[in-house]
Amino acid sequence: MNLSKKWLNDYVELDVSDKQFADDMTISGSKVEGFETEGEELKNIIVGRVESLERHPDSDHLWICQINVGKEENIQIVTGAQNLTAGDIVPVAMDNSVVFGGHKIKKGKLRGVESNGMLCSLGELGLTIHDFPYAVEDGIFVLGDDCDKTLGMDIHYAIGLNDVITEFEITSNRSDCLSIIGLAREAAATFDKELKVNEPVVKGSGGDVNELLSVEIEEAEKCYRYCGAVVKNVRIKPSPRWIRERLRACGVRPINNIVDITNFVMLEYGQPMHAFDLRYLDGGKVIVRNAREGEKITTLDDVERNLTTEMLVIADENKPVAVAGVMGGEYSGIMDDTTTIVFESACFNGVSVRRTSKALGLRTEACTRYEKELNPASCETCLKRALELVELLDAGDVVDGIVDCFPTPKEVVKLPFEPEWVNNFIGIDVSADEQKKMLEKIGFTVEDGMIYAPYFRNDIEHKADISEEIARFYGYQAIPNRELSGVANARLTEEQQLERLIRSTCLGCGLTEIETFSFISPKYYDKINLPEDSEYRNSVVITNPLGEDTSVMRTNAIPSMMEVLARNYKNRNEKAYLYEIPVEYTSQGLETLPLEKQKIVIGMYGDCDFFSLKGIVEEILYKTGLSSYDVEAVTEDPTFHPGRTARLTVDGEEFAVFGEIHPAVLENYGIGEKCYVARIDIETIFNKGREPKLYKKLPKFPASTRDLAFVCDRDIPVLTLEKAISSAAGKLLESIELFDVYMGSQIEEGKKSVAYSLKLRAEDRTLTDEEADNVVKKAIKALDKLGISLRS
Amino acid sequence: MKAMLESIARDAKAALELANTKQELENIRVKYLGKKGEVTAVLKQMGKLSPEERPVMGQLANEVRASIEALIEATDEKIKKEELIKKLKEEKIDVTMPGKKSALGHKHPLNIVLDEVKDIFLGMGFDIATGPEVEWDYYNFEALNIPKDHPARDTQDTFYITENMLLRTQTSPVQIRVMEKQAPPIRVISPGRVFRSDAVDATHSPLFHQIEGLVVDKGITMGDLKGTLEAFAKRLYGEDTKIRLRPHHFPFTEPSCEIDVTCFKCGGKGCPMCKGEGFIEILGAGMVHPKVLKACGVDPEVYSGYAFGVGLERLVMFRFDIDDMRLLYENDMRFLGQF
Repeated sequence: MNLSKKWLNDYVELDVSDKQFADDMTISGSKVEGFETEGEELKNIIVGRVESLERHPDSDHLWICQINVGKEENIQIVTGAQNLTAGDIVPVAMDNSVVFGGHKIKKGKLRGVESNGMLCSLGELGLTIHDFPYAVEDGIFVLGDDCDKTLGMDIHYAIGLNDVITEFEITSNRSDCLSIIGLAREAAATFDKELKVNEPVVKGSGGDVNELLSVEIEEAEKCYRYCGAVVKNVRIKPSPRWIRERLRACGVRPINNIVDITNFVMLEYGQPMHAFDLRYLDGGKVIVRNAREGEKITTLDDVERNLTTEMLVIADENKPVAVAGVMGGEYSGIMDDTTTIVFESACFNGVSVRRTSKALGLRTEACTRYEKELNPASCETCLKRALELVELLDAGDVVDGIVDCFPTPKEVVKLPFEPEWVNNFIGIDVSADEQKKMLEKIGFTVEDGMIYAPYFRNDIEHKADISEEIARFYGYQAIPNRELSGVANARLTEEQQLERLIRSTCLGCGLTEIETFSFISPKYYDKINLPEDSEYRNSVVITNPLGEDTSVMRTNAIPSMMEVLARNYKNRNEKAYLYEIPVEYTSQGLETLPLEKQKIVIGMYGDCDFFSLKGIVEEILYKTGLSSYDVEAVTEDPTFHPGRTARLTVDGEEFAVFGEIHPAVLENYGIGEKCYVARIDIETIFNKGREPKLYKKLPKFPASTRDLAFVCDRDIPVLTLEKAISSAAGKLLESIELFDVYMGSQIEEGKKSVAYSLKLRAEDRTLTDEEADNVVKKAIKALDKLGISLRS
Repeated sequence: MKAMLESIARDAKAALELANTKQELENIRVKYLGKKGEVTAVLKQMGKLSPEERPVMGQLANEVRASIEALIEATDEKIKKEELIKKLKEEKIDVTMPGKKSALGHKHPLNIVLDEVKDIFLGMGFDIATGPEVEWDYYNFEALNIPKDHPARDTQDTFYITENMLLRTQTSPVQIRVMEKQAPPIRVISPGRVFRSDAVDATHSPLFHQIEGLVVDKGITMGDLKGTLEAFAKRLYGEDTKIRLRPHHFPFTEPSCEIDVTCFKCGGKGCPMCKGEGFIEILGAGMVHPKVLKACGVDPEVYSGYAFGVGLERLVMFRFDIDDMRLLYENDMRFLGQF
């Protein structure tokens, strides 16, 4: 909402700077976004009179003008404009002046003739024909009688381009402040000044409105009140300057006196107004009803719109003439030959207006106000204000009387006056008397222990609302701070602790944290080659996404990781070792919220291999205390390389998959390097991991080491050997380490050599060679049973 | 004989002064003290002396031996020291050459600041609560005093799954879930992802993070809200930080306010970061609306509370002087590697 300072001054006299005004209004609850002075960039432009014009000797279109700017000597200016005659009063941009758009004007020569400045058009002052309808668009602005013609006067003052416009952010609860009077009331209370609003007075010119107009409200729930009045012998012409400049300052373009009056009253009181041409109101009848099945209307913006039966319309006997509270119909507008008009000042249900406006995709100043619930109490006053202006502007003859159909008055909100409660709720100590005064200056009435809210405050419904009024005029800043007290026994939950542990482990393993969007494109599932019938394709779908790229909630965060790897690869980053703790969303149907589960997703490329990734996965599981899991090869996951992928299971349930990304998937992402990705379920770690860590005594006796190499079929996983050795060796085996795998000329085709280093130790004695050799023999024997022999 | 011994002692001392290496030292030791050394040779001649002279000469010989031994040891020390100095000199490196990169990963800037905020509030006795990101309209709006068709819904463009299921537009629904589950006293924060249908640009993202806070107890006032949030601001930005409250409107708090902190770059004087204001807006807050308490089964006549919400991205962008929000979600190593 833009506030004109001139307009504000009509209601309250303030003696503060613009900055002070902005700051104090913000602090008392009307947030100022900024303020600016009209025509601020115009510099050194003054009023002058064209004393004489003569043709430029070397040009067929230039004129040499002598301009009187109130000084002893006239100044000479050459102009190309053709609309001037001697005696015209014009804006003169002097030597070293600035016109609209920041253009600097300096004296110079035009075809050899000295020119000491420039005569300005409306455009060069930043104005349009709407601001001064009598001016010409493509010539010099010749000042009319509505301007101050004192020669030498600064142009801002001469033409009234000197308002200060303050922009307010009005919150949705304060529709009353979407008006000049509303803001003036706040300003008066903020600076402790008197608010002066006069009750409008209409003289009337005879006749009886009831003979010309009747109003019927069919939907009293949706239309609380409808006031109508008629103006005859309408004299359409431009509004006077004071109306035009107030509208301009508030960002509304002046059109003609009648249209301007409706906009003026809307801005002044916050009450939307409408004017109909009585010629097109069949039967002189206004019916406020729901639109009929299949009804259409072409609105003022020249768009034909289909109406539905929930939409409230203003109709005459035969057809809708306006969408109630949203926009008028094409024929209802004011035209040059309009002679008799109906003014509407009505109050519609906010929700109804809002729904209609949304359904039609049509936002207007009127519905912005209606949808915040206006109060019907002010309809009559606003209508009278419009009629008062009609008389003031001599825009027509007001027919006596108004038609007022008021089926649904709103009750006055009353609340108990509880100053003590307010003090305790806010933490202040303000006497009942002072609280009463604060409330009264913003229109509340306090009587007999009750507070009566003014009709324009539709946001008051609870004593907490009263406390806000007291608090904001007491000053939020002045409320004494109170230190936190009481017991502080907060801690991270076990889940949160686990997450921190996982994060620190990943960081320690050299993985960098990423954050990706929770929504992805359904096409991303194709990119990771997910089968058509995969359950992961059953995503929670956003019905109104920004675009396909962000249209479904991911069921699997691997595509998010792949996107990031691909982006890093594309940006020529040599390597990227990344992890994320994403949430994945599993649909449970539309009657239940989806399951949201956290995963660990790791992604790597550049200077790494499957075992780099496996090492990290193992480290995470070690740190989080999950040791009893099994590893097996995965060959059938289309996202991954069939020979370089593993799954981890615990109690037969898979909880992690990791491996090299399938070359076909890499191609989908345009990645020219091998990528390694892991996806681990955190819930499993939480439930099955977190084994307590107990200290093992440090050994007192030395260990014996035995190195052994075996030859087996290539396809046999080394885990098979390790398991056999471990169970055969028994508790003397402290650790078993694979140190070499060899395939090549020294070994039979199709076989491999696998070399282990066994560390043997007893807790209570030094092992003899015989004991150690015995363990080795058992191991060899066990492998022998599997057909695996010692390498000779 | 005495003269011989004295001469040997003199010669040995002179030789040792010239010795520079371990080898030279060893040669001297052999020459004087070895089995065929000069002192030994003198001692071998002791038999020729008279019984009276023997003990005197024996003592003198031993003294000479001891003094040579001591000198050898001292010289050895000296040589070792010199050799070490020489070695250290040879081992000199150019310390201006680059260090070897450590293998640690980099925390995401969002989590750097989030962890800080969490730790501050944990220290002040706030638990950390979570709630679903795909939420019911009831929790996201209705229970927060934003019924259907409320104009406040316009300011939060919502992604819908069904008419009643949506992506939460704020972390405030967690307030409701916490109050439904737990009786006062309540003191929680709830960080998390929120979603709004804003197209991506330098300052907007359809997904961002908020940190919600809720305190409900007997006798909680707006003074408590101010005290706690000023303490938070001081811990986050330093002891000199001040907060400024401006009245605002949120449907689920009454009174409501926006809170600015003194600009941590200029300290309140005004600079490009705070656009000359001296203050930066970081928080929305207010006293929990009694209607909201009531809807959650908390008696507003007995309890009162306050709630607040912080935009994490904003804190992060100010902290690290990041001018484009998109960087936070692009996850380019060249960006992440800086933290």
